[in-house]
Amino acid sequence: MENLLITILLTSIPILLAGLGELVTEKSGVLNLGVEGMMLCGAVAALGSVLIFGNPYIGILFGAIAGILISTVFSFFTITLMTNQVATGLGLTIFATALTGLIGEPFVGKTAASLPKLEIIFLSDIPYIGKILFSNDILVYFAIFLIFFIHFGFQNTKIGIIIRAVGDNHDSAHSIGYSVKLVRWISTSFGGMCAGMGGAYIPLALTPHWSEGMTAGKGWIALALVVFSSWMPIRLLIGALIFGGITILQFVAQARGWDVPSQFLNMLPYLATILALALISLKLRHNNYAPACLGKHFLGNK
Amino acid sequence: MTNNLDAMTFIEVKNLSKTFDQFLANDSISINIKKGEIHALLGENGAGKSTLVKCLYGVVKPTDGQILINGNHVTINNPREARSYGIGMVFQHFSLFPALTVSENILISLDEKITKKYLEDKISITAKQWSLPIEPTKKVLDLSVGEQQRVEIIRCLLQNPKLLIMDEPTSVLSPQEINQLFKVLRKLANSGCSILYISHKLNEIKQIASKVTILRSGKVISSTSTSKISTTSMAEKMIGKKVKKITKISKNRFVNSPNAISINNLDRKKLSQFGTELKKISFNVKYGEILGIAGVAGNGQVELMNALSGETLGDPDEIIFEDKKIGNTNIKFRRSLGLEFVPEERNGHATVPDITLTENTFLTFYNTYSKNNNFLDNILLSSNMSSDDSISIINDNDVRCPYSNPLADQLSGGNLQKFIVGRSLKANPKVLIISQPTWGVDIGAASEIRSKLLLLAKAGKAIILISQDLDEIYEISNKICVINNGSLSTPKITSKISATDIGILMGIN
Repeated sequence: MENLLITILLTSIPILLAGLGELVTEKSGVLNLGVEGMMLCGAVAALGSVLIFGNPYIGILFGAIAGILISTVFSFFTITLMTNQVATGLGLTIFATALTGLIGEPFVGKTAASLPKLEIIFLSDIPYIGKILFSNDILVYFAIFLIFFIHFGFQNTKIGIIIRAVGDNHDSAHSIGYSVKLVRWISTSFGGMCAGMGGAYIPLALTPHWSEGMTAGKGWIALALVVFSSWMPIRLLIGALIFGGITILQFVAQARGWDVPSQFLNMLPYLATILALALISLKLRHNNYAPACLGKHFLGNK
Repeated sequence: MTNNLDAMTFIEVKNLSKTFDQFLANDSISINIKKGEIHALLGENGAGKSTLVKCLYGVVKPTDGQILINGNHVTINNPREARSYGIGMVFQHFSLFPALTVSENILISLDEKITKKYLEDKISITAKQWSLPIEPTKKVLDLSVGEQQRVEIIRCLLQNPKLLIMDEPTSVLSPQEINQLFKVLRKLANSGCSILYISHKLNEIKQIASKVTILRSGKVISSTSTSKISTTSMAEKMIGKKVKKITKISKNRFVNSPNAISINNLDRKKLSQFGTELKKISFNVKYGEILGIAGVAGNGQVELMNALSGETLGDPDEIIFEDKKIGNTNIKFRRSLGLEFVPEERNGHATVPDITLTENTFLTFYNTYSKNNNFLDNILLSSNMSSDDSISIINDNDVRCPYSNPLADQLSGGNLQKFIVGRSLKANPKVLIISQPTWGVDIGAASEIRSKLLLLAKAGKAIILISQDLDEIYEISNKICVINNGSLSTPKITSKISATDIGILMGIN
């Protein structure tokens, strides 16, 4: 049971990280549909760097950098050149899928070192929950920290409020004297960094070898989660856990030999996550609104 | 000028010019604002008022000229620098963030580092001190327009401004709210803060300002004390020609005329979470009559317009036109009966912005263009029919186009509105329902639109006029009612309802 819960938590980490990043990006008014592509870049950079340097922490660093770099391409096109965000985001994913396939070719069949578990003394000895929560690798702690960091940041820090303000009404933000484009560049880069780390987590902790398109749609799920969680970090965690839980259920079902078509089981996590969050957002409709400037170009001063 | 006089001046602008591409928005403007003075800036849309104040607030950079504050030359590169010189600004279209709370909105415009909790206390204190009641933890989207303006003002007050710029502050307020605002402004001026008050409402300027500078086509036409100039001569200086007085139709002419349209207990649910629910709206309009519906924006005007035009449907007997129950019929059917609608939003609702005027005309009249009802005639168009119509609309209504057959959004607001009204008149309506016809339209175009409406009523047609502009309502309507929070007051004859009555009906004391 304990192992099962740990596995569920680990499975949800890539989606959680990528989703949190995209949440910040979208709050600033930028819709980056390239999450899947940025995750793939993070994954291949992490795997390659671990194979070269042998240290899994270097993998996190390279994954994050790769995510930032590829998101910079997106920012340059959409924020500076003002291309269409939807088309550019989709293009980014298609581009990154092919690019990572090319870069990942030499890594096929090689196994990378995984992130070590860091037990937190005392806390990990708490019965039942200690092992689940406090005996994990660094990215799990980081992801959980990030939930509260982002939640707190949006409510109580000036930079958080500025990001929300830019996403809410960019003309006003400009008229009080904030650089809309700079705030969006930074938020998009933060989103890229998180997606890169989420992607990096897959080879560093879940499946330690490369296969083309190994993120398997997790980026798309992360995107959907952001919307269905109504741009709230805590709800994003719930969605990610449901996704992780049902993904693991597939393996349990297979192991126990349940008579369900495997295609149906493959579909289930996606279906269940979206259904669950759709229900949540139905109930809490009154504060379920998107950043008003989401996906809109800021033309600057006319 | 002596040193003594200089000491009285807070800000002086010398020969300031600003060009956008080829267009000269400000042409060598000089203006001088004393400490504690309420200085009005008057001009039509496009006269250069906004550009000038944006230069002062650092939003746009002047092409040429100097700005002196307390006698020192300064360059204002961005709003933050403007604030550091003590310049605060309340924008016409508020620069607030609806999804953020009042205190969060204010927090991000302050340059000092303070916590949210401390700021909330400070807001409450300032609000009390200036009698501008406001709840710091409320979200801005839950506030009324008047309250939103208070947020903007408090935001400026917290920075201890020496010059407060107010861009058309009363266009969204009820008469009572305007009086409250004027009290605050006078108190502020007495405390030594200068106020630059932008408006095109002449009576207000007379009432509040001590000095007025009139702009036309980017130039200063006149700068004088308000006690030395009449409103008529202000208006003439502003538009550069004599203003025509509009004559209203006599009030009893249509007592015996037949009923055109009746609305009976019309209910509508709110369209969105920020919308207004319509509650049991009833009124009727006779032929030859203009019914004015006043009200502060956001009290159900959009919902009412949608219900009348058929964008939202209800029970058949909610709307009765002549003897027909049409409450459940669509827009096309209502128009075929002789109703015409001019919605509030002219770019994107009344017209399609990215297509030409001819094409917009076509969309309005396409079903009248296919003479024979055969298949081909319905598919292939004869383009000259709609272009003939659009040319006649343009000529009949003095629509000034930058070139022949422009895109709808290339016309200025006033010209586009003249086109839209002209297009509705072309349909020869029996009932015209028109919302905010002169919102943001300059005085010249507004008075032309109003006289067209009066002519239509004289020809025996019925008009329902939904407007925020009380002067306009008084000028042309025969009966007035007020929409407040989705309910409509009983229509009263214009001469029997005062601005104070209307303010009370608007629900503000």
